[in-house]
Amino acid sequence: MTSIRATSGLKRPTQTAPHSGEQERGRRRGSPWAGLGTVFAKELADHLGSVRMRVLEILILLIGLGAVYTAIQNIKTVTAEDPFLFLRLFTNAQQPLPSFAGLLSFLIPIFAIGLGFDSINTEFSRRTLSRILAQPIYRDALLFGKFLAGLVTLAVGLVALWLLMVGLGLLLIGVPPSGEEVLRSVAFLTVALAYAATWLAAAMLFSVLFRSPATSALCALGLWMLLGVLWPIVAPFIARAVVAPDPASIMLGLPDPKELVMESVIARVSPGTLFGEAATAILHPATRTLGLIYESQVEGALMGAPLPLGQSLLLVWPQITGLIAAAILLFAAAYVAFQRQEIRA
Amino acid sequence: MTSNLAVEAEGLTKRYRSHPAVDGISLAIPFGQICGLLGPNGAGKTTTILMLMGLTEPTSGRITVLGHDPLRDPLAVKRRVGYLPDSVGFYEQLTGRQNLRYTARLAGIDAAEIDQRISMALHKVRLDAQADRRVGGYSHGMRQRLGLAEVFMKGVRLAILDEPTSGLDPQSTSELLDLILDLKAEGVAILLSSHLLNRVQAVCDRVLLFHGGRIVLQGTVPELSRQVLGGGYAIEVTAKGVDFPALMKQIPGLRSVVGTGSQTYRIAAESDLRPVIAEAVIGAGGALFRLSVVEPSLDDIYTRYFRSQAANSNRAA
Repeated sequence: MTSIRATSGLKRPTQTAPHSGEQERGRRRGSPWAGLGTVFAKELADHLGSVRMRVLEILILLIGLGAVYTAIQNIKTVTAEDPFLFLRLFTNAQQPLPSFAGLLSFLIPIFAIGLGFDSINTEFSRRTLSRILAQPIYRDALLFGKFLAGLVTLAVGLVALWLLMVGLGLLLIGVPPSGEEVLRSVAFLTVALAYAATWLAAAMLFSVLFRSPATSALCALGLWMLLGVLWPIVAPFIARAVVAPDPASIMLGLPDPKELVMESVIARVSPGTLFGEAATAILHPATRTLGLIYESQVEGALMGAPLPLGQSLLLVWPQITGLIAAAILLFAAAYVAFQRQEIRA
Repeated sequence: MTSNLAVEAEGLTKRYRSHPAVDGISLAIPFGQICGLLGPNGAGKTTTILMLMGLTEPTSGRITVLGHDPLRDPLAVKRRVGYLPDSVGFYEQLTGRQNLRYTARLAGIDAAEIDQRISMALHKVRLDAQADRRVGGYSHGMRQRLGLAEVFMKGVRLAILDEPTSGLDPQSTSELLDLILDLKAEGVAILLSSHLLNRVQAVCDRVLLFHGGRIVLQGTVPELSRQVLGGGYAIEVTAKGVDFPALMKQIPGLRSVVGTGSQTYRIAAESDLRPVIAEAVIGAGGALFRLSVVEPSLDDIYTRYFRSQAANSNRAA
């Protein structure tokens, strides 16, 4: 045993030493949550009092008013036809403006990156990190407290926006939303929050990896450009390259179903796609599938008939869990990177 | 706590890849003493400090700080240890008091006591008047004092101060050192790393000299001077009206006489020869203006040690 440890120690001294140390000393003592509440309260106060929050508030007001205005213009022409009139507030678009849901899929990443890109590296550059970590807390509490504070700040913004939409909608349409419409819009809000958490975790990962806030912001925005803007364009090309062409489809001049499936699989790497699909299914109750429609799926179905809320949620359950899983994975990566970091500058 | 040692370490080693930053050092620091850490940059002082705080994991070795293992039980250690890092930083947009309140909460100080302890600490470092101003407007000296206020506030048993005096003007330095002596009077063990050798000499009870990741010398300043400069006395004399070097040749026990200025000489002797020298000068009809024993300074020891090290390595090469 000793000889094995000695030889492996020669090859990788940094990896084996902590491991053997852990065996001898046992686990660390004390709660990893000690100080979490304090960090959370301080970071939340910082966020809410910051200039970024003022910008966020102004944007929320503008988006809310703009989205309601365009949606109302549209709704006036379709009043009688739609049983889910209220949800049209969130989805109706008038060219060239995108719908409220579309706008959010674009803006949430920017807000989340704005709140997270400098959370850890400024503690380094302001030289506060060693002083804070000299207090009886674990690094876990610092990182998780900062993440929670950012998430709650985003939640405050999103809930304010949601209330603004619902309130203005009530005033301008004059039709109260049904219970299901309220539930569906709350479900949409929750998905938006999961989407925000994903981007916040990504931004915090960059803030751990890069010591310079500018580099971190640039990388986070680069990732957002790649996944949010370029990815949907590139996905079909990748799909075509990956899937072997089906001669039957080529002869008929039809799209290859395998290729289409692969395309949507690839597109779903982007959290923006997941959010968009989830929003579509939740806000358009008539949505029955997000990919190809097979004959078996439309058998006995009334075209255009809405699904119950439970069925809509089931339809996009993979998207929702995917978003949450992405947030957890990115946070875990940030956590591991932060734990391994040397404190000295 | 049965032991009267605040810090005990044995065979402490830290390697970054294969390069040893700290190479098998051992420490024992009792309560109520100020222990100076000296050495050139990169000698392993800060790494040692970080290992004592549990902020960096040692590659091997055993540490006990205030009776706890900083790796296994870091929270218990950090609760009773104050740390003033090298060029300490604060949240600029918060006031001094708010900054302290944040760390007080993190330190788990009882909510009922927080305000009182903060005021006490701020008063001690004389920041009462500026406590409610934003730290962004603080001078460098005020920040260092605020960092020390944090140590006072926590009510620590061990204070680790990394370069607390760097970049301070002479008056702020004296004030800061006075505050450090106050801490010592409270029975706190203090580890002080600094480059201001004569200042360190003034406050430290013991000195550890780091070089290349090892502690190469340790002890009180007189002990170090005996090790590095050799025993004996250095005496400075200003005498006029006599041929002083010639006169001194007759005195036994003198090692050397070196002229250091007009009529001023520095004598190395095996014992305190002041009465003999005075008698000789006056007996020869000279006028004696000055006769004093020069205390060995840390500066001399430090310079001499590293010069002899360089000479040794040259010889080896």
